[in-house]
Amino acid sequence: MSEKKTKRRDFLFTATTAVGAVGAAAVVWPMIDQMNPDASVKALASTEVDVSSLTPGNTLTVLWRGKPVFIRRRTQEEIDEARAVKMEELIHPEKDEDRAKNPEWLVMLGVCTHLGCVPLNDKGDYNGWFCPCHGSHYDTSGRIRKGPAPWNMEVPKYEFVNANTIKIG
Amino acid sequence: MSDHDYRPKSKVGQWFNDRLPLLTLANHLTDYPTPKNLNYWWTFGGILTFCLITQIVTGLTLAMHYIAHADMAFESVEHIMRDVNYGWLIRYIHANGASMFFLAVYIHIFRSLFYGSYKSPREIIWILGIIIYLLMMAAAFMGYVLPWGQMSFWGATVITNLFSAIPLVGEGIVTWLWGGYSVDNPTLTRFFTLHYLIPFLILGLVVLHIWALHVPGNNNPVGIDIKKPSKDTVPFHPYIVIKDGFALLMFMIVFAFFVFYAPNILGHADNYIEANPMVTPAHIVPEWYLLPFYAILRSVPDKLLGVVAMLSAILILAVLPWLDTSKIRSAVFRPLYRQFYWILVADVLILGYVGAMPAEGLYLLIARVATAYYFLHFLVILPVLGFKEKTLPVPLSITEPVLGGSPNLAAARNKESKIE
Repeated sequence: MSEKKTKRRDFLFTATTAVGAVGAAAVVWPMIDQMNPDASVKALASTEVDVSSLTPGNTLTVLWRGKPVFIRRRTQEEIDEARAVKMEELIHPEKDEDRAKNPEWLVMLGVCTHLGCVPLNDKGDYNGWFCPCHGSHYDTSGRIRKGPAPWNMEVPKYEFVNANTIKIG
Repeated sequence: MSDHDYRPKSKVGQWFNDRLPLLTLANHLTDYPTPKNLNYWWTFGGILTFCLITQIVTGLTLAMHYIAHADMAFESVEHIMRDVNYGWLIRYIHANGASMFFLAVYIHIFRSLFYGSYKSPREIIWILGIIIYLLMMAAAFMGYVLPWGQMSFWGATVITNLFSAIPLVGEGIVTWLWGGYSVDNPTLTRFFTLHYLIPFLILGLVVLHIWALHVPGNNNPVGIDIKKPSKDTVPFHPYIVIKDGFALLMFMIVFAFFVFYAPNILGHADNYIEANPMVTPAHIVPEWYLLPFYAILRSVPDKLLGVVAMLSAILILAVLPWLDTSKIRSAVFRPLYRQFYWILVADVLILGYVGAMPAEGLYLLIARVATAYYFLHFLVILPVLGFKEKTLPVPLSITEPVLGGSPNLAAARNKESKIE
């Protein structure tokens, strides 16, 4: 008889704890999620850039979502150099053709994939970018070639609105 | 112990104490029996309490003038420096106070390492200490972000990016920490909130740290268990209070030197340039007190493993009581450990030095060797040493070697005085 009573108590105890845990989780989640990007931050998702003044061999740096974006108008040598690289030599293999649909224009986040510093233009062992923080070298396609960074610099979603304007995001 | 039979003299005192035994607590703290051979390395607990209170008081006053907004933070700090009455003083005390806090905590930690204060029955005190140390690093890091200079911004970027090394969820965690797609205003406001909160968490943990200390009582330079109270102990007040007070005065001279004569020597000039998300300063280094761990991070060529190594270097301390297999606490009676101890001190100093240098060539090689040795010390040398080392005879009480005993004890005592 007493055994049966205990079982009923156990059930109530477990059920109460379970409901309580679900309730606590439901309250905790908004507290955690409030730290994620808010609506106003998300609203700044795209930006348009006039690139008409950019001459070959130069880079324009613009701010998009608080991060610098490199827009590089590449010279023919840089394009040839980037396209001649064999995939086996790359730490993070990506074809230059995929990274720069229009070979003259390379658009990518100017953020080192190691710990987020901004790499310097026309520096490093591969004629591309060099990150001063921890010594990552990127080639003329923005691909990681040497150093602690694990990936190539990220190519964001972008499109040419017209011949002179790039829309990022 | 007089704790249990303590009774306030006055009627009012008795009435109050029966309802809330605060006077019993005060009596415990003043009469608390302390080993009579405590040296000046034991005064850093009191010095650290002073540091914490200094940071809280100066921090509260700075918060009355500081504006936690990406557009105004930098200017508001300059406003504190130029316009607020004594703002320069309060800010310099707070900024240098962080360095003084770490200086004291490192001495405090290395004191424990030398005299084996982390060993049974004091493991909980030690672990609480490591948690306090971790919180101190978090508070210092977030505090450094608040002036919103170039080093603030890029330090915040680099450190938060450490989390992106976590597989799969890393990027999501970083975005969550930032509250955006880069370090920006949402990051600044939450760092300010946490920077305000953490010192009070530390304060709570300090209470637990001292509470846990008062259960077994202080370790001492001889490292033996002593009877309390006995000939081996003196009451905390006035003996230790005066000794701690004198040490604190000496410490405050060093503190004041930095505040008044070299207030910016421990900082970086780049932090007087307002944060610019487009340009990273050429040479990013953390504050001096984080350099050894920074060197460990950079000595590993893989991103994830570098972060793992850095965190392990800190967390390994938490399990130290179980890595050190020796039953003898004090290095005074451990001739081999004593040598490895000083090698470890040198190793950490070397790591700190190479952490400030560019991670290339010889510096990188030295950083790698020193990192390897750091882990070797804790994971191999300490466990093996406990079994292999031939320790010196330990006295039965603190008074015994003084009042006469075997010749071995006299020899041991000589060694001890040489070290101090």
